[in-house]
Amino acid sequence: MSEMKSVVRVGIADMNLVHAPNSIRTSGLGSCVGVVLYDESKKIAGLLHVMLPDSSLGRSDRLNAAKFADTGIYSLMELLKAEGVRPLSLKAKIAGGSQMFQFGSSDSIRIGPRNVEAVKKELARLSIPIIAEDTGGSSGRTIEFDPMTSVLSIRTVNLGTKEI
Amino acid sequence: MKSDYKITDMHLDVLKEIGNIGAAHAATSLSQLLGRKIEMHVPKVSLVSFDEMFDLAGGAERIVAGIYLRVQGDLSGSMFFVLPIDSANQLIRRLIGDKEFNFYKSPIPEMGISAMQELGNILSGSYLSALSDFTALKVHPTVPSLSVDMVGAIVSFGLIEVSHYSDEVIVIDTRIEEQGDDGNSSVDGYFFLFPDPKSYITIFRSLGVL
Repeated sequence: MSEMKSVVRVGIADMNLVHAPNSIRTSGLGSCVGVVLYDESKKIAGLLHVMLPDSSLGRSDRLNAAKFADTGIYSLMELLKAEGVRPLSLKAKIAGGSQMFQFGSSDSIRIGPRNVEAVKKELARLSIPIIAEDTGGSSGRTIEFDPMTSVLSIRTVNLGTKEI
Repeated sequence: MKSDYKITDMHLDVLKEIGNIGAAHAATSLSQLLGRKIEMHVPKVSLVSFDEMFDLAGGAERIVAGIYLRVQGDLSGSMFFVLPIDSANQLIRRLIGDKEFNFYKSPIPEMGISAMQELGNILSGSYLSALSDFTALKVHPTVPSLSVDMVGAIVSFGLIEVSHYSDEVIVIDTRIEEQGDDGNSSVDGYFFLFPDPKSYITIFRSLGVL
């Protein structure tokens, strides 16, 4: 049984944790950004699928922390801390933030780049270094992180698969 | 969602009627374009989570040709016409008379992109003009935009507006289908209309159910 590997799936505006040898994955990132926080030595990682840059944009009574860059990254760090990870040993890899369409409402058209900026700002605030990123462009991405190797593999429809 | 009314089955039925009338007109337009019979399925109106939304279109990773446009005017929202990639290829091959056309080719031939955008224009135009007649609300579409990619990446863009308010979305989902000569469906497509939350009340008022 210990040989079995499974893939933890993370939905949109959602987050989860994974321990090696399992991996963690989220599908169909467009303007959304996938944020992986990982501890290389403990071989544990968390993945967050961010939809909006800033929780102050929320107009709902109930806050879903994982939807926003600021609250999401912080909450993911708290989840990892609860697993015994020291914040100082955390590193980040990020992917997503595309501009899928050329036209649209002015507010949402730049949502991809704004999500990326917000993610970087929050990571800087928490002093978590970004080791690698694949952001921007106009392609959707499906990403999978393997905490054993700390490799993030990124699949796109038109540009094939790459690892960062 | 902050609201001073509760969405009941009656409200959902009204939205279903919008999907019915809108997509029926769009199906007629497509049928005239192709000179073939297009079937329309009974529309579904549901309140779904974002992940469930992607499942309605075949799962977040399914590759589709998606036309996106914003609806503006008395009511606002996002609209998608989504074709699984094989259906999109079939449709465009017939429209431009080029059997070799393929959306998988990179870069996608300009002719096919224009045809697909024009198709989006025609179909969404007939959908929205029917909606406008039915509700007596003035609506007009923005220029349609095309993307060939994963459903999740495409449709999530239309959820941005709603996501400020809620983790669920009301979707008016209508499927159209063309029966091929062998009885299997050769082309199928989906219309998804996401009214902005502030527009629900406008729709219900105009149809006298609020």
